[in-house]
Amino acid sequence: MAAGSTYTPIATTTLASAAASYTFSSIPSTYTDLVLVTNFGADTATYARCRINGDTGSNYSETSVGGNGSLAQSFRDSNVSNGAYITYNGYAGTNAGSAMYTLNFNNYSNTTTYKTILTREAAAASSAGATVSLWRSTAAINSIMLYMNSGNFAIGSTFTLYGIAAA
Amino acid sequence: MANTFELITSTTVGAGGASSIDFTSIASTYTDLLIKLSTRQTGSAVGYQFGIRFNGSSSGYSRILLYGDGVAANAGSGSAETFARIAFTQSSTYTANTFNNVELYIPNYAGSAYKSFSTDGVSEGNATQIYSAGIYAGLWSNTAAITSISISEYSGSGTNFAQYSTAYLYGVKNA
Repeated sequence: MAAGSTYTPIATTTLASAAASYTFSSIPSTYTDLVLVTNFGADTATYARCRINGDTGSNYSETSVGGNGSLAQSFRDSNVSNGAYITYNGYAGTNAGSAMYTLNFNNYSNTTTYKTILTREAAAASSAGATVSLWRSTAAINSIMLYMNSGNFAIGSTFTLYGIAAA
Repeated sequence: MANTFELITSTTVGAGGASSIDFTSIASTYTDLLIKLSTRQTGSAVGYQFGIRFNGSSSGYSRILLYGDGVAANAGSGSAETFARIAFTQSSTYTANTFNNVELYIPNYAGSAYKSFSTDGVSEGNATQIYSAGIYAGLWSNTAAITSISISEYSGSGTNFAQYSTAYLYGVKNA
């Protein structure tokens, strides 16, 4: 992983009140890759998703592998319109520190290729998993919205976006 | 530009081995912590796993794991444990000179919420012993800031970290 000034915080927030979503907007195209680190709890046993550039078209797909404590599982979805999966098995837990997720958006600002996202989930209340998502768009990523399928992210949940510059 | 990804400290195990790897007096000046391990154990048992403790606490740990051992994909879990188990590693009977790789990420380690963390751990030895690739979800249900981290073989079997094992602790700042 790059060190020093090549690993740069772009934006960060700690929720002062419960919220159904959080959006990083006006993401500059000056980095090579993006890393999003979130540490959240939720008031509802449901999953979270990530929508890019506000796209609500059926342009997302994903393949996941995960364990829920008793089973190792894998699934996939195609032509999804409500965004890319963040959580594999749903529930994060109620405390704001209950679960953490890292999302890697490599080569996010190019305008030639579709965008692939690698998500690592660590939610000790529900699952450990890894998901690869595809957003079938050649547009540069300039906004990322994380949202709960229902319910809210807990007070104190954190969301931080880092930029990694190759040079 | 400010340095937002910094090496805090590192250690390399010497010829005598070490029963644990300890990071102490961790400053609260970062947002997240990242630990990178390359290790092997001196004992001869199969299936050694690391256990970590934060602030010397022996309660409040839970986990879910997913791993493959070359035969099958497996899942497991634990709750109300005295250690956070984070990865499998080689023993002295495994292929010589092979060390596992582990990466452990702890966000908001100095905050007042519970402490969740993720671990990726791999070991391989070009042999039919039990090697594995696994991912872990861990939680320490404690609101205290993490100021120390101790890593050892969780079962208390008396095995040590072998010579040339390394551990690096990095701090990540969000501003």
